[in-house]
Order: sequence, then structure tokens, then C-alpha cells
Amino acid sequence: MASTAAAADSGLPPVVYNDDVVRKFTIAAIFWAIVAFLVGVVLASELAWPQVNLGLSFINFGRLRPVHTSGAIFAFGGSALFATAFYIVQRTCHVRLFGGRALADFIFWGYQFFIVMAALSYVLGFSQGQEYAEPEWHLDLFLTVIWVCFAIVFIGTVMMRTEPHIYVANWFYMAFILTVAVLHIGNNIALPVNIYTAKSYNIFSGTQNALVQWWYGHNAVGFFLTAGFLGMMYYFIPKAAGRPVYSYRLSIVHFWSLIFMYIWAGPHHLHWTALPDWAQTLGMAFSIMLWMPSWGGMINGLMTLSGAWDKLRTDPGLRFSVTAVGFYGMSTFEGPVMSIRSVNALSHYTDWGIGHVHSGSLGWVAFISFGAIYYLVPSLWNRSGLYSKKLAAWHYWIATFGIVLYISSMWVAGIMEGLMWRAYDSQGFLQYSFLESVVAVHPFYVIRLLGGLCFLSGALIMVYNLIMTVRSQRTNPGIEPFSGAMPVAAE
Amino acid sequence: MPTKIEKDSHTGTETTGHVWDGIRELNTPLPKWWLYVFLATVVWSAGYFLLYPSIPLGGHYWKGLWGYSSRGDAMAGVAAIHEQHAAAMEQIAKTPIADVEKDPKLMQTALVAGRITFANNCQPCHGQNGSGRVGYPALGDDVWLWGGKLADLETTLTHGIRSGDPDARVSQMPAFGTDGTLKPEQIQQVADYVGIWWGLTGKDVDTKAGAAIYAENCVACHGEKGEGNRDAGAPPLNSKVHLLDGTRASIVAQVTHPQMGVMPNWNTRLDPATLKSVALYVHSLGGGE
Repeated sequence: MASTAAAADSGLPPVVYNDDVVRKFTIAAIFWAIVAFLVGVVLASELAWPQVNLGLSFINFGRLRPVHTSGAIFAFGGSALFATAFYIVQRTCHVRLFGGRALADFIFWGYQFFIVMAALSYVLGFSQGQEYAEPEWHLDLFLTVIWVCFAIVFIGTVMMRTEPHIYVANWFYMAFILTVAVLHIGNNIALPVNIYTAKSYNIFSGTQNALVQWWYGHNAVGFFLTAGFLGMMYYFIPKAAGRPVYSYRLSIVHFWSLIFMYIWAGPHHLHWTALPDWAQTLGMAFSIMLWMPSWGGMINGLMTLSGAWDKLRTDPGLRFSVTAVGFYGMSTFEGPVMSIRSVNALSHYTDWGIGHVHSGSLGWVAFISFGAIYYLVPSLWNRSGLYSKKLAAWHYWIATFGIVLYISSMWVAGIMEGLMWRAYDSQGFLQYSFLESVVAVHPFYVIRLLGGLCFLSGALIMVYNLIMTVRSQRTNPGIEPFSGAMPVAAE
Repeated sequence: MPTKIEKDSHTGTETTGHVWDGIRELNTPLPKWWLYVFLATVVWSAGYFLLYPSIPLGGHYWKGLWGYSSRGDAMAGVAAIHEQHAAAMEQIAKTPIADVEKDPKLMQTALVAGRITFANNCQPCHGQNGSGRVGYPALGDDVWLWGGKLADLETTLTHGIRSGDPDARVSQMPAFGTDGTLKPEQIQQVADYVGIWWGLTGKDVDTKAGAAIYAENCVACHGEKGEGNRDAGAPPLNSKVHLLDGTRASIVAQVTHPQMGVMPNWNTRLDPATLKSVALYVHSLGGGE
């Protein structure tokens, strides 16, 4: 019956999967998670106490910030997406990864090389000055090569599939891969000063540049941080819960509506600017229409648990995944609210935006990845389970507490800033100077730092737990763990 | 593998019959509330497009039935706020600065306007309440480089210092070290002499040579007793309130290759009434003459 869906019950002959590249990307994701969280903690300290930068240009806020954002999104999130995409596409297509081991390894080492070079370029002061697209033209070209290889391997594997249908997780991964390629190229069309210099100028200028940048920036959220991680959700939640996906129809309708609506929503980042009003209106209205398509994923994630909610007590990985879906639902409601012109007049440029981003990135992206990693590591290394469920529970509660500290302090700080900036006295003069608002948010910056420290501590517990898991007794001593054996069934 | 539709025992719903790596899917219909809220947002958006600027039409765009403009909206708000103090500020613009001070009502408005303008424009360099920092004079004491009377402050604020404005206050200290006027050891000696005023030079140090160098090179602008000269824009040296960080090294560096600050001419950014208000506010900080 369907309630025993997790059992490996396909009648197809076994396939030797390429799990080596999955293991590599999993290790990379864990490593970059720690780096990204650590840099985030340093930045939070610099915002509370600027002298923490020690007067060193390499670690001043402006140069370190893109290391944190790229580190979290592209290094940690990206590596987690590569790992899960390669793991899931092989299993749900029941075929070994297309393109051979060398191409997969090239993608891994090429992507890691890109990350290291990008981070080095930031701390040395190179930047295109476009948010989440800071690397200069030569690194952009290199990344394009890696990404095209990724697309070839992924789509090639889907085309070689022995299953008659394409699983929903793979639709989301393909939307993610194709759209990120288009976004990356579109936003990075730039002319280098000359072939020997890193400096380049974007082909668009002024408002056009801003519009293209936020078409890119918002869809980086939509297709990198949402579509990709929904793919992750659509595999690991039904797997870990041992339940069928709640609604096939909902997955189709919310997939197509999500990718159609998202691509238009970018201009809501440019309310009350030189961007023409009609473009602002489009951005806002499409963000409102995006609400239900986003929630379709949440419904499918949560309702899949029906009949298996008791597993939250025993499976810490599933607890992360389900909490992630909760945060996903919260952020994708908050986003449309913030895109409303009059709300945006209050929220824009304040720490509310930072809080919103982190409820999405810590609550959704990181938690869904932790859930996947806690599932993947025992599976990839052929262990019967985690070294310690108790430590994973500690990770869960410390990290959740950290997120709550982070987002609630940023809500308070952001709304306070927005209100202080628009407060006028009885004679129509500004009530507060900008500096007074900076002083006023200081306590909340300290609380945010504590939240970040909690989140980092939880991740360090996870690293210890995973290392001990890999060092524990192998489940099937007869099976060489690197041979890519049959997938281990969920608990 | 062949499609095999099953019935899920927990929900009673049928599966689609597909299986991937053990994962099945239920054929649950779309949740009704989900569908209706989704359609409602689409209908709402269509109405919003109709009322507000929305669709691009070549070189034009659909302006919306309500004729809304975000710029018009924002500017109307600015105008309404401005209206609340427009009459008072106009009065301040017309009144000589010394007379504003005598009119309590005008003065109250000027101090409010001056405080917030100072906090958003001047404070980043001059510090909170004009407390000053290295390279940027303190404004709350009685040591002035260019004068602390209301008229002096208004002039400095309006035209700035070394700002490029034709009426800017300008002074220049020679680079005694880099242009070779004084040898490095002579600069050390004159630093010893100036250091007396700053409490840096011990009584046992012989400052005769330094005094002679001072008398020959510095006295014309900075005065015999280091009292400075406001007309020449030469800062007083006999005060512990000064622009440098208070070390002997900072004196040596200044004599060798002086740093001279620049203050913007605020007449390009602030209107005359606001400039007056800032002058009155700075005057009230404690050092006004």
C-alpha cells in the first residue's frame, strides 16, 4: 500500500549510482555552511561594534558582506543543491548520472574554484557592485562554463531515465538550472575595461541597470533559493515521512504558476525610485499573485506528513525539513506584504528587509538543507543512522532559538527605523536624525548577533555529529561504501 | 514501470500510479480555499492594473483610472510637511540673524530646525552636539578658528572653508618640512616649543632654539603667545583644544606637511533660513560669542 511507499519496491534492475560527487558536494555544503555562518557572525559584530574590523580593509563590512551572502547562497546553498540534485535525479530517474565521472568531478572542482576565487576577489576589493552578482566578468564567464556542464549532466540524466515520468523534484531542479543560467548571463553582460583588467562596466546603466539587477536579484531568490530547494523538499519529505506526496495536481499547478509569476516580481525592490510607476505596479501585483503559488509548495510539504506526524518525534532530520516548510510559508507571506507600495514605504532600506531575508535563508534554505544532510550522510556513507539523535535535537532547538532571536530583533529594529525616519514634529521638522536611529537599533544588533551565534553553534554540533556518524560502524560491511550501492530506505 | 493506481489506506485517496524510488503521489484535487484565494489575487491584480499605472504601451503607458503617480504622492507629502513651517522659515529668512535671536518664537523654530539639520549634516564630522574630533573642530567651546559670533558662523556655514566657493574662508599653512624651509631637527625643536603649551614638553628640555624658529616662522600667523589669528585663519596653539590628536608626533607631522581641512559651502544644499537656523543652533552649543 502507499503508506509503505518508502520501501525500495521498484521492479527495475539495480543501478550503480555516482554517489562520489554527491558525497563531495555534501562535504562542501557543510564546510561552506560553517564559513558563511562564521562570516555572518563577524559582520553582525561589526555592525554592533564597527571597531571589530580592526581597521583592516580586507575584513571591513563592505568587502566581507558579499563573502557572507555569496558564501551562504552560492557556496553553502549551491553545494547543497548540487549534492541533492545529483542524488535525487539518479534515484528518481533510476539511471546513473549522465556524462561520466570526469564531468561530474569537473563540475565539483570548478564550482569550488569559482567560490574560492570569488571570495578572494571580494576581500581584495574587486566587485561589480551588483548585489549577489559581485564577481567580475572573468569569474562570471568561468561560472557560465560550469553551469552549462551542470545543465548537460542534469538534463542528460533526465533524458536517459528509465522511469516513464519525470518526478516533480526534477521539474523544480530543471527550472532552477535553466532560469539561473538566463539570469546569470542577463545580469552580467558587461564590457571589461580591457582584456587584462578585472574591472568591467555593465551594458545597462541607470534605471535600466537597477531593473535588470533586481530582475536577477529577486529571481535568484525565486529560482535558486525557492525552486531549487523545493526540489529538495519534494524528495526528502516524502522519503523521510514514508508517505505519498499530498497532491500531484497541486504540484503541477503551483509549479507552473510559481515560475510564471516569480519572473515579473523583481521591480518591487525599486518602489519609490526612478523606475516608472507602471513597472513598480507590475512588480507589486505579481508579488501578490505569487502568494498562493508559493504556498502550494508549503501545502504539499506539510500535508504529505499527514499520517506520519509522529515521525517528527523520532526523526530529527524530518523535523528540520518540516520546520523549514513552516518558515517558507511565513516568508512567502511576508514577501508579498512587503511588496505593497505603502508597506514598502515603511519597510524598504530598514532592517526589516534583513529579517525577512534571514527568515527565508536560515529558516527555509538552511533548515531544508540540514534536513537533507541529516538524511544524506548516513545514506551516502552506508550507516544505519545518525551518531546521535540527541545532538541533532540540540542542533534543532539551538538553531530555531537563534532564528527567533534574529528575525524578531530585526523586525523590531526595522519597524523602529522606518517609524523614526518618517517621524515629524508639530512644526514639520524631522524628529530624529539618521544617527539617532543608528544608536536606537544597537541593542537589537546585539540580540541579532546572539541569534547568529546560536545558529553557528547549532551547525558546529551538526558537524561533530556527522563526523562521528561517518566514523561509526558501517551498516553493511560487505558493501564498499564508494561503489554507489542501492539507496538505503528511509527509517 | 507500469502505472498501477492504488488506494492510500490513511486518506482513502487514490495515487496517480507513478512510483519514483519508492515515492508515490496522491491524486488529491486542488484545495478549494487555495484555488479561490489564488483567483482572488488575480482578480485583485486586474482591478489594480485598471486603477493604477500599469501596462506599457510603446512610448506611453496606461496611466490608470485614478491617475496615480508615486512621485506626485511623495511630493504632496513633502509639500504638506513643508507647509507647517513655511511661514516661520520665511520670516527667519527676512530677519537679520541677530534679531532672530531676540524673537523667542522665531528662535524656537530656528533651534528646532538647526538641531535636526546639524544632526543630519554636520554631526558626522563635528560629532554629537559639536563635540569635535581629530581634524574637525569642536563647536561647543570658546576656541574658534574663524570667529564665534553669529555673523561669523553664518559666513562659515554659507561659504565653507577651502570649499571652492568664491567667498570661502581660505588660509594656507606652508609645508615647512617638504618644501625644505626647516630641517627635520628644527621641526623637532619647534615641536618642543609648541609642546610647552600642550603640556608635552618637560621643564628640563631646552626650548631656546625652538622659540627662535617659532619667532622667525610661525609668529606672523599664530601670534607671539600662540593665540592664533582669526583673520588669517591661523588656529590658536596655546589651547589644549585643537585639531590634532595631542601628540608630539602630530605637531611634527603638521609642521612638516600640514593637513588642512575642508568644510563644504552649504549654500548649495541649504536655504538661507536653514543656514541661519544652523548658525543659531551652533551658537547656542556653549561657545557662541
